[in-house]
Amino acid sequence: MDPVSTWIADTKIPIGRWGRQFFDFLTDNFAWFFDSIANSLATVLDGLVDALLFIPPVVLAAAVAALAWWLQKSWKLALATLLGLVFIINQDLWDETVETLVLVVAAAACSMAIGVPIGIWAAHNARIYRVLQPILDLMQTMPTFVYLIPVLILFGLGIAPGLIVTVIFASPAPIRLTYLGITSVPAPMLEAGEAFGATKRQLLWKVELPAALPSIMAGLTQCIMLSLSMVVIAALIGANGLGKPVVRALNTVNIPLGLEAGLAIVVLAIVLDRMSRVSRGDAK
Amino acid sequence: MKPAVEFKHVDIIFGEEPANALSLLDKGASRDEILEKTGNVLGCADCSMTVAEGEISVLMGLSGSGKSTLLRAVNRLNTVTRGEVIVHDGDWSADVVSCSEQELRKIRRECVAMVFQQFALLPWRTVAENVGFGLELAGVPEKEREECVARQLELVHLEQWADKYAHELSGGMQQRVGLARAFATEAPILLMDEPFSALDPLIRTKLQDELLQLQADLKKTILFVSHDLEEALKIGNRITIMEGGYIVQSGTPEEIVLEPANDYVRDFISNVNPLSVLTAWNIMRDRRDLDQGEDGWVWLDRRKTTRFRLDDKHMVIGAERNGKPASWDSCDGIGDTAPEEPTVFWAQAGTPLKTVMLAMHRSQTAPVAVFDDQSRFLGAIGVRDVLGSVLRR
Repeated sequence: MDPVSTWIADTKIPIGRWGRQFFDFLTDNFAWFFDSIANSLATVLDGLVDALLFIPPVVLAAAVAALAWWLQKSWKLALATLLGLVFIINQDLWDETVETLVLVVAAAACSMAIGVPIGIWAAHNARIYRVLQPILDLMQTMPTFVYLIPVLILFGLGIAPGLIVTVIFASPAPIRLTYLGITSVPAPMLEAGEAFGATKRQLLWKVELPAALPSIMAGLTQCIMLSLSMVVIAALIGANGLGKPVVRALNTVNIPLGLEAGLAIVVLAIVLDRMSRVSRGDAK
Repeated sequence: MKPAVEFKHVDIIFGEEPANALSLLDKGASRDEILEKTGNVLGCADCSMTVAEGEISVLMGLSGSGKSTLLRAVNRLNTVTRGEVIVHDGDWSADVVSCSEQELRKIRRECVAMVFQQFALLPWRTVAENVGFGLELAGVPEKEREECVARQLELVHLEQWADKYAHELSGGMQQRVGLARAFATEAPILLMDEPFSALDPLIRTKLQDELLQLQADLKKTILFVSHDLEEALKIGNRITIMEGGYIVQSGTPEEIVLEPANDYVRDFISNVNPLSVLTAWNIMRDRRDLDQGEDGWVWLDRRKTTRFRLDDKHMVIGAERNGKPASWDSCDGIGDTAPEEPTVFWAQAGTPLKTVMLAMHRSQTAPVAVFDDQSRFLGAIGVRDVLGSVLRR
């Protein structure tokens, strides 16, 4: 190698070491903080899983189908939901499915709870958006396995770190789509609100949010799908669910098990996607 | 007349840091110069005008002339850079430019309502919910709101459509919803920003008629922006013409048509049919300007073919045409055929020019007299006056 390249390679900037020092500092000083988060998350989520598993699977499947009917007013969807869930029961993957369902719904709820307010904030403040944009790009392009390691160190194994990596991965979607929805509210609608004397808060609740609702709900659907796509990766750090059999199947080259679990994930994805879609009467 | 809205030397400049642009403006710089030197866009410059209570005042101009900009200053959708915009509501008044947020909200909720060109209805709300929008923002209780909404919907004939969504209605109906929404707050001042421009011509004419009908009962103060002179002449009590951010001329429709202030206004009115605007009053020569004869005789025309004899109360007691006695008759009930004996027709101040011309035609180009309500002689219209007004010479 030429001397310049050698010199450049020799004087390596110790980014990796700095990162480790940073995380060492966090674990040394704030372990109690991260542990308490992990513990409380695990308690809540595991409790929820236990509660749902206490209900007989068929009853729960019927309840989800009823929810699908209530949300979309479509008996076809309700029937398809019921059939899909019965298929999962039939494949003996019910416990894993419920665990995954809880993880996905909790992750989606957290992502929306974080993403929607941030999206609104960014839409109202151009500077915030400029700062936010590279962070969102980083969150979406950084390979998941890279932040899996520090999350693992900080939160240990289990469902809590699974939830946290899922939220990191999924929350850019609601942020971006909320931002998009709010910033693309037609100017005349905002002016109508202002002209009739709306306060800032009224403008948000009565004009901006309803106008941005289709976009925000698209964010929710996206968020659920992204969360589902993290199921297998979450299984690598010990989160229970449908990811576990997939990982096991991969390690033992078990085609039947992989196929069964994979199909169960697809069924869950389709059901959740169709249930969370918003069909608005006025959508032209 | 009590003023409802007063603009006092209003300058509106778009863009950051308008101070430089203002000083350039004071030195007499044009819009293009200001844009080039400061990057700021001149919206309105030194606009002063008063909208009287209960009148329809129309702001006219080509696009970019600043008419909408000025209109939107009334409820601060556009911020005024310098000057005052005073809004009066009964005895209460406030300067929109300098008032507090609370006062501005009061103005927007109670004093000034607005109708938009693109309707600006909220598509996720039903027609009734759209009409009640302003009341909802002002915190009016639901019961009261519903009653008011029902009244407004009846006013614009949309009762059966109350539970439909806005996009299920035609454009004309949507704008009626926009009108009802503006009426619902019972604000005395109405801003209408080209409300009918997005509609097709037949519906536009119909809505103009409806607006005039409603106005006859409601007596709102309406500030109306239009780029269509026919529309302005039809509905305006007063027309203000704007060019490049400046007010060029302000006056009644007849004043605009008869005495255009400059070539810009002349261009504007060149396509307007004067017959649809002018009345006998606008073109007559006053009694005192006519050639006086002896014994109370007055020549009606310059050629001295026709004369009236007046008593001391200016009542006509005799008429002569081409040296022979003639009768005089109102031109209102004028028939298809010419009268057999020599006749001089008389019109009233508000008689349309078209009727005056017909009377002239029926009486072998005799001049037409103008009487007031008590049949007193006011003046006369000769052929030359008619031709002059039609040709605008």
